[in-house]
Amino acid sequence: MLYPDTVEAEILVHKPWFVATMFGVVLLLFMAFNMSGTSFAELMRPVIGEPSVSGFYGRFAIAFAIAVIFTLNVVLIGFAPLKFQIGIVWLELLLLFIAFFETFHLSLPFIREKLPFLISQGVVTTLYVSAISIVIASVIAVAGAVAKLSSNGFAYAIASFYTSFFRGLPLLMQVYLIYLGLPQLGFVINAVPAGILALSLCYGAYMTEIFRSGIQSIDRGQWEASRSMGFGFTLTMRRIILPQALPVIIPPTGNQFISMLKDSSLVSVIGVWELMFLARTLGQKTFQHMEMLISAAMIYWMLSICLELIQARIERHYHRSKAR
Amino acid sequence: MSAQAIIEAKAVSKWYGQFHALKDINLTVHKGERIVICGPSGSGKSTLIRCFNRLEAHQSGDIVVNGVALHGKMSDVAAVRSNVGMVFQHFNLFPHMTVLMNCMAGPMWVKGVTEKEARNTALKFLERVRIPEQANKFPIQLSGGQQQRVAIARSLCMKPDVMLFDEPTSALDPEMVSEVLETMTGLARDGMTMVCVTHEMGFARAVADRVIFMDAGQIVEEGTPDEFFSRPCHDRTKLFLSQILKH
Repeated sequence: MLYPDTVEAEILVHKPWFVATMFGVVLLLFMAFNMSGTSFAELMRPVIGEPSVSGFYGRFAIAFAIAVIFTLNVVLIGFAPLKFQIGIVWLELLLLFIAFFETFHLSLPFIREKLPFLISQGVVTTLYVSAISIVIASVIAVAGAVAKLSSNGFAYAIASFYTSFFRGLPLLMQVYLIYLGLPQLGFVINAVPAGILALSLCYGAYMTEIFRSGIQSIDRGQWEASRSMGFGFTLTMRRIILPQALPVIIPPTGNQFISMLKDSSLVSVIGVWELMFLARTLGQKTFQHMEMLISAAMIYWMLSICLELIQARIERHYHRSKAR
Repeated sequence: MSAQAIIEAKAVSKWYGQFHALKDINLTVHKGERIVICGPSGSGKSTLIRCFNRLEAHQSGDIVVNGVALHGKMSDVAAVRSNVGMVFQHFNLFPHMTVLMNCMAGPMWVKGVTEKEARNTALKFLERVRIPEQANKFPIQLSGGQQQRVAIARSLCMKPDVMLFDEPTSALDPEMVSEVLETMTGLARDGMTMVCVTHEMGFARAVADRVIFMDAGQIVEEGTPDEFFSRPCHDRTKLFLSQILKH
């Protein structure tokens, strides 16, 4: 939450000028579109007659109706308590999305037929590729962060070269370089390990920087107190510094996890049968691309939501020692 | 003096770049002795006691603590540190652990004491600093004075041979200073060897065996509280005393 000011403020969506402006903007916006072919225009038939010949009056009436519904909706939501507001707005946005997908006239039987395979092969592969990569990337990140903060020239040089290189190349190129480049050196590597290696190295580089800044955010006094009690470096890091750095590290790391989940789709270019690969290939035979792409999109979204929830939970957990 | 020396500093010098922070310091702290170090800010008094457990490194001279010479060797330094307690100006409690865990951590992780024993020791010392009822709270829920007393208890749990205090009351609100000073006085009464950097002259007068005045990285004057406060011989000491005792 932002800092809640204690000055009493009238609810924005109940201020007359705001309601009027919102109404005006929505009205103008929808008058700019020709809505006469939509099902909403069909609903308006009793008022405007045949939509396609209703002309300016028809346009105005449709836009007016939409503006009234929209404004009324917002004003009413303004009366609800915070939790309901969040829920209602989420639900409405979701309905709009579903209405949007509805316009593609997707074949549901086709989706139902392919979905089990999409999940059992695609989701499983996506999940295990990203899960393994996340674990390896986190390990690299801790080591990299310590190396970047150390006074050892070799460690610093290696770590900064590593982060610079892997943050500097497109991930897609890294996937190709590892899959096609390592065999040049005599290491023939399968697609899945190559993908995991590329993802771990790339995200390890980003997360090195996140961990470094997290460790640096901890007050020097914590190190001094630990060292003055005879704690060694590893003990101090593991029991004192990292646990305190975690609340700082977790939000950006959550970002990285979500981002990694989706970037794992890049390993489809080397033929790993993960979610994206299957979504493209399953629809190809019957030209039902949209069905599979949208299904895959929804699955990615749901997996991301799971990660978001986990992140929120962990953040709540670490909030404990900050509460007065 | 016949008592055994716990800290011996001989001809200690330290530089920060070009700045000569400690100049040829000679100081011996004997077992059971209470020493107060005072002086204007930037005079090197904090730096000196931070050298005693090597939070700072000195560049020349020798510091011997409990018979172990402090130099770059990590194992020696760690051995010294676990026997030297330190209390900081800003408490430096571990905010992610409860008060009890703050006190148990050192004995368990460094000395390998069992959890049960560590808990008993921690409770005993929390009792001693008179906040046993706060044991399960987090440091941020405590007042400054209480936090500092927890910090003292945390150091005591390590059963140190000597306690270093680095301006323990400087960051506290006035009404909390006395509770910390009382705790420290209690420790002194029980015979703890103490080196305190502090501006609390009342405490120095009441508790110290020896008062040391530092200025510009040197020990300018040292003596018993009585000598120090009533018959200071150096001009700088007189000036300092007149400034801090004015109010």
